[in-house]
Amino acid sequence: MQVHWRQSLMSYTFLAPALILLAVFTFYPLLYGAYLGFTEYSGARFANHLPPQWVGLRNFETVLGDPLFRTALANSVKYLLVVPALQLASLAVAVLVAKNIPGIALFRAAYYVPVITSVSLAAVMWEWVFNREGTLNWLLKALHLTTPEAAFGWLNSEHWAFWAVMLVTFWRGFGYYMVLYLAGLQAIPEELEEAAILDGASAWQRFWRVTVPLMRPTILLCTLLSTIAALRVLEEVLVLTNGGPLNSTYTALMYVYAKAFQGFDFDYGVASAAGLVVALVALLLSALNFRFFHREEQA
Amino acid sequence: MSARTAAAPARVARPVSWRRPVNTALRYALLGVILIFAVFPFVWTLAIALTDKTAGSSIYAFPQSLLPRRVTLHNFVDVYRTFSLGKYLWNSVVITGLTVLGTLLVSALAAYPLARFRFPGRGAIFGLIVLTLVLPGETTFIVNTLTLKNLGLLGTHAGVVLPTIAGAFGIFLMRQAFLAIPAALLEAARLDGASELTILTRIMLPLTRPSLAALGIFTTVTTWNAYFWPMLVLSGAPDKAPLAVAVLKLKGQFNYDPFNIAAGSIIMMLPVLLVFLAAQRLFLRGMEGAVK
Repeated sequence: MQVHWRQSLMSYTFLAPALILLAVFTFYPLLYGAYLGFTEYSGARFANHLPPQWVGLRNFETVLGDPLFRTALANSVKYLLVVPALQLASLAVAVLVAKNIPGIALFRAAYYVPVITSVSLAAVMWEWVFNREGTLNWLLKALHLTTPEAAFGWLNSEHWAFWAVMLVTFWRGFGYYMVLYLAGLQAIPEELEEAAILDGASAWQRFWRVTVPLMRPTILLCTLLSTIAALRVLEEVLVLTNGGPLNSTYTALMYVYAKAFQGFDFDYGVASAAGLVVALVALLLSALNFRFFHREEQA
Repeated sequence: MSARTAAAPARVARPVSWRRPVNTALRYALLGVILIFAVFPFVWTLAIALTDKTAGSSIYAFPQSLLPRRVTLHNFVDVYRTFSLGKYLWNSVVITGLTVLGTLLVSALAAYPLARFRFPGRGAIFGLIVLTLVLPGETTFIVNTLTLKNLGLLGTHAGVVLPTIAGAFGIFLMRQAFLAIPAALLEAARLDGASELTILTRIMLPLTRPSLAALGIFTTVTTWNAYFWPMLVLSGAPDKAPLAVAVLKLKGQFNYDPFNIAAGSIIMMLPVLLVFLAAQRLFLRGMEGAVK
């Protein structure tokens, strides 16, 4: 291949803005952040303009020995087990909206609206639902499942706050996964469905014997995507409960954020180390994702 | 109804039974329940925003509060004035506008050579961009705030915008769009003596308008709604906060007024909702494309 120097020069010029920005705001922070994880870089050091100092694995010992981080990690694991399971409901929703019946476009669009809602708006609106006097308690009372005296604010309860936050995550996500499943459903050849009908399969049988097996790649994709997303949950927690009550909604990334930016004894070194631990888990999940997909595509 | 009954016999003949209308009713009932789950928070917020608070009703007085008896637009005026909402709206517009412009510009510029030219290092550069999709950036926000501080950009709109405009998604999307344009067209322009910048702006960009629009809409919605990053960068400059950050500050204010908060929320939601409704097809397709 003959290299035209003018063409090359022009290419580099056009690429320069993107590459400079990626270098400064993506690659450098990845590398420097990893380095910070192995250094002492606390608030005091930072305030006195002292550079980070190499301390080896000490921060990782601190992080892994911190009961709060273990709580946070355990919560994150709980999150990434429950939310993807909830997300499977999106497949059912997708099946429900896949058929072109009158008004279906309206339903599809409405289900998607939570996805384009800011997390701060979600926090404002759902707080009214979860309030002691809010909609959820009103509904439970109307169904005679609780009494006004027994009512409590769901976000203030150490037993329920976690589930309330998960529900908001699910609410903001189910339309997104619905769209992905819908794309998968539309790729299923209609003849298969018709053949199953001719063979006398019920709707239920068709769902389990035809749809689900053919949707396996999409289900896998959505589950892994939502697993990784659940591991990275931070914003919902931050705006709804700030990790409380009694750390019951503290997640791993919340720990990273709080260690670096909340309170007076911030510590970039420990925060970066905790971030690295989370990143490692995320990388592992991504690798799994990639492996699965490679196999699916070859099959 | 009619579309369904008309389409069904053409596919597979099935004995007509009592089941079909029941199934249809059941389907709509289910769709309705999910609809309530999806939009209830919005409907209620709208109801609160439209309620005349001087009537002395509580937002929690169910079910009356869902259907305000005395409707007013006063809350919108009130929140605009008392919380200087105009300032936050303007901040949102500036941050979103700059981010969209920057993203389109940087993505199109980078995608053009990646799609159309051979030059040493192309594979490596493309690989590097792909890598950003896989590498988890759990700690980048710490270092990025330090970098912005060193650059004197912490607490500025530029500080919010700059780190977000170069992304693999935009570059990929535009590269795909450029790849689809016939080479003959470019050859003809080059024979006519057009420079590469002219080709990009006069031929490539007009022909890839749908992709540019998709990227623009997608970026608009995500930037308008972004909470964490602007909150972090602007934590020392609350006057520069966008609405997505400010709305939570309003909530934390001393004189907590749910009617005004609701009105502010509706004002914030409206632009995104309109953009989404206008460009729904484009948007949903972009979402699918983002994963494939």
